[in-house]
Amino acid sequence: MSTFQDFPIRWGMVIDIDKCTGCGACVVACNKENNIAPQDNQLRRIEAKGFPTRFKKIEWLTIYELTDGGDTAYLPRPCMQCGVPSCVSVCPAIATDKNENGGIVSQIYPRCFGCRYCMASCPYHARVFNWDQPVWPEGMEKQLTPHTSVRSRGVVEKCSFCHHRLMYAKDAARVAGEDPEKLADGAYMPACAEVCPTGAITFGDVKNPEHAVYELARSPHTFRLLARLGTDPQVYYMSKRAWVRLQGDNYLANEKAQVNEGGAHHG
Amino acid sequence: MDRALWPEGVERCSLGKFLLWLGVCGVVFALGAYEAIMILFPDGLARTALDNYFGFGLWITFDLAVIALGAGAFFTGLLKYILDIKELEKIVNLTVIIGFLCYSGAMLILALDVGQPLRSWFGFWHPNVHSMLTEVMFCITCYLMVLTLEFIPNILENRKLNQIPLLHNIAHNFHYVMPLIAGIGAFLSTFHQGSLGGMYGVLFGRPYVLRDGFFIWPWTFFLFVLSAVGSGPCFSVLVVKLMELLTGKKLVDWNVKRLMCKIAGTMLTLYVFLKILDTWAWATDVLPRSGLTWDQMFNSDLGYGVSLLWIEIGLCGVVPAVLLMVSAFRNIPALLYTGAILSCVGVTINRYVFTVQALAIPVMPFDKWYLYVPNWAEWGPSVMVIAYGFIVTSLAYRYLPVFPQEVALNAKAPAAPVAPAAPAEAEQPA
Repeated sequence: MSTFQDFPIRWGMVIDIDKCTGCGACVVACNKENNIAPQDNQLRRIEAKGFPTRFKKIEWLTIYELTDGGDTAYLPRPCMQCGVPSCVSVCPAIATDKNENGGIVSQIYPRCFGCRYCMASCPYHARVFNWDQPVWPEGMEKQLTPHTSVRSRGVVEKCSFCHHRLMYAKDAARVAGEDPEKLADGAYMPACAEVCPTGAITFGDVKNPEHAVYELARSPHTFRLLARLGTDPQVYYMSKRAWVRLQGDNYLANEKAQVNEGGAHHG
Repeated sequence: MDRALWPEGVERCSLGKFLLWLGVCGVVFALGAYEAIMILFPDGLARTALDNYFGFGLWITFDLAVIALGAGAFFTGLLKYILDIKELEKIVNLTVIIGFLCYSGAMLILALDVGQPLRSWFGFWHPNVHSMLTEVMFCITCYLMVLTLEFIPNILENRKLNQIPLLHNIAHNFHYVMPLIAGIGAFLSTFHQGSLGGMYGVLFGRPYVLRDGFFIWPWTFFLFVLSAVGSGPCFSVLVVKLMELLTGKKLVDWNVKRLMCKIAGTMLTLYVFLKILDTWAWATDVLPRSGLTWDQMFNSDLGYGVSLLWIEIGLCGVVPAVLLMVSAFRNIPALLYTGAILSCVGVTINRYVFTVQALAIPVMPFDKWYLYVPNWAEWGPSVMVIAYGFIVTSLAYRYLPVFPQEVALNAKAPAAPVAPAAPAEAEQPA
């Protein structure tokens, strides 16, 4: 079983569901930033050969639609970068690990041999498999992000909180003569957080009181997905709507009172 | 024409008839091999019905099932070579062949099932000691080597090969070290069967299969070992019976079959008892702790109904345990074979629900149930492995001295099997 690893820095994301309109800008930004090939070409190629395409899409960030029957909410779901990741302990080749300060769960693509055990273990469906070779439209190879590796067929991939941007931010801090381990709020921000038009996604160190996420993660309206399973996610969700918080975890009928307690106690 | 290669004193069908049989098996094998090649080279796993929700599917179910059914090899070897139950030497050759086929077949499928087969060795080079899959990889590889070592003396005992002094001596000396090899095999296979169960038990994000631990192992570690030894010997007996039906010859003494099933029945009874306890503990502890209910775990509309669980534990668990444990039932061939079949079906259902149903269950409250139906790209290679099993078993039966009793059993019996079915095999009272 995995055990909790504590780091001095804990990069976390707070997503305000009440602000999210489900526009999909975060998904587009994620795909572009992380060199995810346009899926239409790929799925069309698979379909043209007569192969099933259901859930063969590669998307590191997915938006789920939640409803209580009348009201609707949108829940963007990147990798949860769990404090106790279910994927790390199962990987037979240590292709995925959680060992860097900041607690981002890494994925080493050239070491992954595609057993998909990490996918089976993740209750969030945060990992996706490269079912087919990526298909890049002609000329698009010139637009690829140079510091994000492209992945081949047959490996599992996942959201990394745009880890290359953390490297950029650290380099920038070093150039400026600052401590790269004490980045200012906003110095490092994943593409999805940067692009969100409604400001629903806030990113930072949930252990650093100078970062906006510090307070947000401790809000009584904050919760984490499937918190009771013990994965200790580093992605936090906020909503003032009780029914939304209720859908954040599996609650038995006699447990509904626990929903309002908020889920952000780490950091 | 190939009579000189047959074991001493046995009778086989004509070469033409045998080649026709091999041809039929070969066509099935080729159909599956085509799918396998298409997956390995041009199309990849896009060809399959697997997806991001069902990364594990038919192939893992098939692997787990055949490995459980192949447990007759290590368990019979353990009983014969370590515990010195001499009766089992009449079937141990066949169990080794079955084990070899099951494990090599599983590895063939695994080579297809991973996205990057050429990198499979990374599990040995960069092993994660915390991963149950790493343990599985090491044990399955080492145990296949052991099974190969156990199979080699039987191959070298082919009448023509055995005339070569060097090969004769190698085969002879192999027998001296067989208890050691059997011991290593038993150790490796026990851990391997257990690790396969542990793989699921540690998935704390999947409450359907999550189990608490006994030291470092989840309960499923032990349940998988017990269910394998409760069904593996039954499968070996069923293979013998099938071979007897196909060849029209008696190959193994009824008493040996009965002993194998008695041993399997004992293991199965212990397993079913623990499985019922485990199910109760899961329903009353793991599920409420995860905020889930019994009803949420099953979906009859999509074929993941609770009926599967009752069939597994009741019809294919308690019933065969009774049939195989109670001597009055066990002595009736029809009931013995029924018990053996049910036991094998039960372990297959168990592996299916742990592999497919466990992933079908939506863990996030707003997620949905999905149905997974394997397509021909997955069935093909599975069928290919079965055809491979038929081919190797046929060749072994024709040219190797697999059954030490065959000459004696068939010399006593008349050429045509005219005796009534049920009492015919009951040569001695229990």
